[in-house]
Amino acid sequence: MITLSHFIVLGAVLFCIAVAGIFINRKNVIVLLMSIELMLLAVNINFVAFSRFSGDVAGQVFVFFILTVAAAETAIGLAILTLLFRNRSTINIAEIDSMKG
Amino acid sequence: MSAQLLQLICFYAFAAVAGISALMVITLRNSVHAVLSLVLTFFSVACIWLLAQAEFLAIALIVVYVGAVMVLFLFVVMMLDINLERMREGFIKFLPVGIVVAAVMLVEMLALIGVRAMHVMTMGPDPAAAAGMSNTAWLGQALYTRFLLPFEIAALILTVGLIAAVVLTLRHKPLTRRQNPGDQVRVSNRDRVRVVKMAAERPQESES
Repeated sequence: MITLSHFIVLGAVLFCIAVAGIFINRKNVIVLLMSIELMLLAVNINFVAFSRFSGDVAGQVFVFFILTVAAAETAIGLAILTLLFRNRSTINIAEIDSMKG
Repeated sequence: MSAQLLQLICFYAFAAVAGISALMVITLRNSVHAVLSLVLTFFSVACIWLLAQAEFLAIALIVVYVGAVMVLFLFVVMMLDINLERMREGFIKFLPVGIVVAAVMLVEMLALIGVRAMHVMTMGPDPAAAAGMSNTAWLGQALYTRFLLPFEIAALILTVGLIAAVVLTLRHKPLTRRQNPGDQVRVSNRDRVRVVKMAAERPQESES
C-alpha cells in the first residue's frame, strides 16, 4: 500500500541529492543547472502527492506552472551559457569573475 | 499477488531507478552521460506520477522535459567544447562537504515532516474518478476556470523566454548579407525607379 510518506521521502531524497550535486560540482555550470532541475522535480513530486492524497486539484495545477517556469528558465539559462562560452571560451565558474561579486 | 502489493513493488522499483540515476547525474564525468541520466530520472518520476494517477502531468513531464528541455541541454552540451578535466577540479575537495550537508539535510527533513505520522495516510479513491471524469478533464476544468489568469501569464512567460533566448544568442556579423523585412516593406517606387528627364530626340550625329 503506497502511503503519503513514500512520496515525501522520495522527494526529500532527490532534493538532497541535488543539493549535494551543487556542492560537489562547483565548476561545471551545466551540472549546476541540472541539479536545479532535479530540485524542481523533487518539489513537484511533493505537490503531486499532496494533491492526490488530499483530493485538491490546485497542487497539480501548480506543478503545471512550475514546469512552465522551469522550461523558460532553462531556455534562458542555456542561452546565457552559450553567450558566455562564445565570449569567454569557458564555462568554468572560477574563471567567470569579471563582476567581482 | 494483490494489486496494492504490485503497486508498492512498482513504486520501489521506479524510486530506486530515479534515485540511482539522480546520483549518476551529479557524479558522472561526462556531461552527455549526466544529461542522459537526468532523462532517466525524469522518466522514472513520470512513472511514479502515473502510480499516483496524475496521468496528464506524467505525460507532460515526458513530452516537455524529456522531449524538449533535455534535448536542449544535450544540444548545448554537445555544442560547447568543454575541458572535462578542468571541470572536475575540486570534485574530491568538496565531496565530503556535499555528502555531509546532504545527509544532515535529509535527516532534518525526515524528522521535520514526521514520516511515521504520515505513514497512516493511505491512497484513497482517485479524486478525478470520484468526480466522474478523467485526470486530464479534472485538471483542465480547474485550469480554464479558477486558474485562467495564471494560465495566461504562464503563456506570456513562455513567450518572453522564447524571445529572450533568441535575442541573447542573436549575433550580427558585419560581413553577412541579410534581409531587413522592415526596409522591404517600407520601400516605395521612388527608391527603385529613377525617372530621368531628357530630350525626346536622338542626339545629332556628326556628319562624316
